[in-house]
Amino acid sequence: MSRTISYRNALNEAMAEEMRRDPGVFVYGIDVADHKRIFDSTKGLVEEFGPNRCFSTPLAEDAMTGFGLGAAINGMRPVHVHMRVDFLLLGLNQLVNMIATHRYGSGGQMKVPMVIRAIIGRGWGQSYQHSKSLHSWFAHIPGLKVVMPSSPRDAKGMLIAAIRDDNPVVFIEHRWLYDAMGEVPEDCGSIPLEGSRVIRPGRDITVVGTSWMNVEAVKAAQILEKHGVSVEVVDVRSIAPFDSQAIVDSVRKTGHCIVADNDWVYCGFSAEIAATVYEACFGQIKSPVERIGYAAVPCPCTRPLENEFYANAVDIIRAIEGKLGMKPVDLSEEDFYSYENKFKGPF
Amino acid sequence: MKDLNLQLYRKLFLIRKAEDAIRRDYSRDKMKTPMHMSTGGEAIAVGVCHALRAQDQVMGTYRTHGIYLARADETDQFFAEMYGKATGMAKGKAGSMHLTAPHAGLICTSAIVGTTIPIALGAAFASRQQGSDRVVAVFFGDGAIDEGVFWESLNTACAMKLPVLFVCEDNGIAVHVPSEQRHGYAAIDQVVAQFKCNVFVSDSTDAEVLYNLSVDAIKAIGANGRPAFMHLKYYRYLEHVGVNEDFAAGYRDRGEYEKWRQRDPVEIQRKKLLQWFKEEEIHQVEREIETRIERSIEKADAAPFSAPQELYADVYA
Repeated sequence: MSRTISYRNALNEAMAEEMRRDPGVFVYGIDVADHKRIFDSTKGLVEEFGPNRCFSTPLAEDAMTGFGLGAAINGMRPVHVHMRVDFLLLGLNQLVNMIATHRYGSGGQMKVPMVIRAIIGRGWGQSYQHSKSLHSWFAHIPGLKVVMPSSPRDAKGMLIAAIRDDNPVVFIEHRWLYDAMGEVPEDCGSIPLEGSRVIRPGRDITVVGTSWMNVEAVKAAQILEKHGVSVEVVDVRSIAPFDSQAIVDSVRKTGHCIVADNDWVYCGFSAEIAATVYEACFGQIKSPVERIGYAAVPCPCTRPLENEFYANAVDIIRAIEGKLGMKPVDLSEEDFYSYENKFKGPF
Repeated sequence: MKDLNLQLYRKLFLIRKAEDAIRRDYSRDKMKTPMHMSTGGEAIAVGVCHALRAQDQVMGTYRTHGIYLARADETDQFFAEMYGKATGMAKGKAGSMHLTAPHAGLICTSAIVGTTIPIALGAAFASRQQGSDRVVAVFFGDGAIDEGVFWESLNTACAMKLPVLFVCEDNGIAVHVPSEQRHGYAAIDQVVAQFKCNVFVSDSTDAEVLYNLSVDAIKAIGANGRPAFMHLKYYRYLEHVGVNEDFAAGYRDRGEYEKWRQRDPVEIQRKKLLQWFKEEEIHQVEREIETRIERSIEKADAAPFSAPQELYADVYA
């Protein structure tokens, strides 16, 4: 039976169902078992599964990342949670030098079934140490899988798949997506950790999005539809492994491609998508691939500057108009997402 | 007593002779892997590993030869891996710095100082969750104590009461820098004693002494549920990386080596055996081990390299 639930509840359901299914699954990290429960994504887990399977740790991201590897080698399925992707940087040595290489370096004798959940922050003064995505960093390293679901259904299905996967998976969630509502069947099952997917069909131009930027891309598509432009939005979903088929098929159809990456542009994943499109669609595209992302600066605290830092639906609309040779449409009557509608502060 | 000492000697001799063979053959340039030799520190690897039970696990550094041979007690895959051959335990992908033997409980080694310490915590946690009384021993040098992850791991293991045996092999130098220049404290064992941890200290090169101390440490973990920290001193005979002496480099004194050499772990164990065994009996044991090593080297030399497609195998499960 299908029903509509939030992204945070989708994550929570996936955690609880997998912990029920497999006693080897446990969740740990800074504050996973406190009263806030990682924005409710770990709610109810310590009550149902006890403090040995859901526990808050010392503030030791480096050691606790290695801890997961040791548990995984011995047959457990750890889920390590970071309230911000930025905090995961303290565990990068373990992630890159140890976790990513352990199977290869053992000649395939051992496996590392481990999930690292990390949340991208944004808004209300998150500033430059609570706002990074860094998926291109992680995806650069052979041995890691990296996914960024943007809908409740993908959040649940891909978290289930990540926990069942026998490889280390970096599972990146955008904080703003936690309130997103969407259809999730009761028995959702796992959704493969690969394959970009068309989330809004269109004919005239392709927008490829990662994480939150899919929300902005869909908003842009909804507005431009009123002006006679049909925008196709493709959600990358899985950064590594990266299956570009849906993107390539879409660009071959529309002839135009804009990449809206939830990250900085320079040396970012958007370049990988652009290169993939050029390699697969050379001679079939009508305009150069355009890339949209963060401004090339650290994220500022104050809202007026933060507004300049992030790309949004308006930037996507203006880029589409440029590509299609349109005059700028009037956006004065449009209602764009404002996190203050969901969150009033203080933090 | 007699049997124990003979078993300890077999392992000490195996490690020493395997590394002697590496030293002899390294210049042939067939073992293209950076060698960090265990020579001089064999008593720690042997004493601790012999005290561990079959279910216990081991993690180490890039100085892997001693614990690999003490734990796995095999030389075919060992030398094949040194030669980079398909018959090595990691098909030539690991080399000297990353030896593992999961079937023998050696589950992780690393070339990054201190990095296997927290991994031992997770392995120990898993064991407890699975209802096992397994202890996880993690070997590291005193240089690892300079790293933040040591303190994170010690603190976490004590807070979570994890069955971890911390084995600090202190040779007084981290790469080439002496302890005095790196340490902002007087004695590490006194610092660690402030944690909720069992602490054991020794500067013995007698494998039997270190075996008994390790048995006590493992018992202590079982008795009070706290981790144990062993601070064990030894002297690294050879250069940090490579198969040669390096006293001419000027950062340490040959005189100190000569002092430690007087109580060489292999020689003192051999002398002890003479109270139970005839010279010829000991010689027979040694010949068997030497023959085993030479056969393994011949096999490794003759074995094929991994096929090119092996490059892409085992990145993902």
